[in-house]
Amino acid sequence: MSPAGDPKQLEVFVKRKAFRAANGEQREVLRDFSLTLDAGKIHALVGPSGYGKTTLLRIIIGLDRDFDGHVTLPPQTKIGMVFQEPRLLPWRSVLDNLKLAAPEAAEPDLTKLADDLGIGDHLHNFPGELSLGQARRVALARALAIAPNLLVLDEPFVSLDEVLARRLGSEITTLVERMGITTLLVTHDIDEAIRLADHIILLGHRPAEIVGNIDVTLPRRAMTADYAAKTKAQIGAILAETSV
Amino acid sequence: MLLRLLSLLLLIALWQAASMVADSRLLPPPLTVLAVIGREAHSHALYFNLGTTLARVAIAFTLAMLLGTIFGILMGRNTTFDRLGDPWLVILLNLPALVIIVMAYVWLGLTDVAAVLAVALNKFPNTVVTIREGARALDPGLEEMAAVFAMPWQTRVKHVMLPQLAPYIAAATRAGLSLVWKIVLVVELMGRSNGVGFEIGSAFQLFDVALLLAYALPFVGIMLAIETFLVQPFERHVSRWRPKAA
Repeated sequence: MSPAGDPKQLEVFVKRKAFRAANGEQREVLRDFSLTLDAGKIHALVGPSGYGKTTLLRIIIGLDRDFDGHVTLPPQTKIGMVFQEPRLLPWRSVLDNLKLAAPEAAEPDLTKLADDLGIGDHLHNFPGELSLGQARRVALARALAIAPNLLVLDEPFVSLDEVLARRLGSEITTLVERMGITTLLVTHDIDEAIRLADHIILLGHRPAEIVGNIDVTLPRRAMTADYAAKTKAQIGAILAETSV
Repeated sequence: MLLRLLSLLLLIALWQAASMVADSRLLPPPLTVLAVIGREAHSHALYFNLGTTLARVAIAFTLAMLLGTIFGILMGRNTTFDRLGDPWLVILLNLPALVIIVMAYVWLGLTDVAAVLAVALNKFPNTVVTIREGARALDPGLEEMAAVFAMPWQTRVKHVMLPQLAPYIAAATRAGLSLVWKIVLVVELMGRSNGVGFEIGSAFQLFDVALLLAYALPFVGIMLAIETFLVQPFERHVSRWRPKAA
């Protein structure tokens, strides 16, 4: 790990994060948890649901400030967020959705981005007229439209069919690599993480802690079937060990 | 549209038939009323009184909608504010219109300010209750989205919040217009010397049903026109994004 204070990195330290249940009991979700994201790399945060992934993500993007600890972002960080549900404004056209999120972006750039993501023909449709896959693309275009230095994706491929998920996944990583955006991808799918990330962070236990840090030395197009299988075996071994 | 027109014609036909059975002083036939409307229009009294009443309706309605929307949003979004304001709201809702009108006239004198305030105060709590429901139903997911994308508050109000409140605002508008103009007539009857309400009061004292209808019907017509040509197109415009039923 590089020393603290490197302005290019994102650092999260959560001393303690707890929720109060309806019966008054405190349930700790995170304790003494720290995470560093390297600039320009794609990080996959992998773990079963209910292990604090979403909580951590909400802390990073600043929606949850009720915790002990700190988040250090590089100065003037712009966060592009893709929520699990697209969360588009249904009463505004696709183009207006992009414009409202990125008011300073030029329209030709937005059109180009929409074309890159295959939604160029739908700029004047309302979100209700799109399929889920198309709506996800719009949500992604919106996140990229603000020219973010941090892109956060929360299970962006859930409930898409396998083929579509794979295609969208490789499209996203191509764009992100080209633009050099630091990316945090939250997923429960180990294969997806291996396929897309430079670095895989495995979450386990409760309160959540990092049980494994895997550098993918042959990421994405460089990946071989053999290497993917080996990485998967490695992750499987870590998970088997920690679940005992 | 054709069906609506037909039903309206049926009403006029019924009126004509009833007037032939009843004493023409108690229920004058449509043509007599039309003649009185023409007479009042010729002397410009009709326009003056309709205009005066319409202005009062417009001011009272705008005031009640504006303040009601602001307080409705505040109460729907903030529990402390809601708990503080709720007892006041219940009192206002249950205070008879007549009490508010009399108190306004007693305290502020027989003035237009008192008249308009009394009407606005009658409509205000209904608006708050309707808009509060809407504000409670706002989608927290979209609000988070707006926060993460650091949208300025103007954008959040105009593009995130108001479109969600639009159906509630339309409902409050529709209920409000009819309520406001009815109360304006009472206020005019009690403490003003012009307007449709005042004329109806005079007609009552003279037992002149034709004059009464000559003032009431054109005003109903105006309200119908506002509903058809302003409120409904507005509703269609703000709901154009909803997928249409096949």
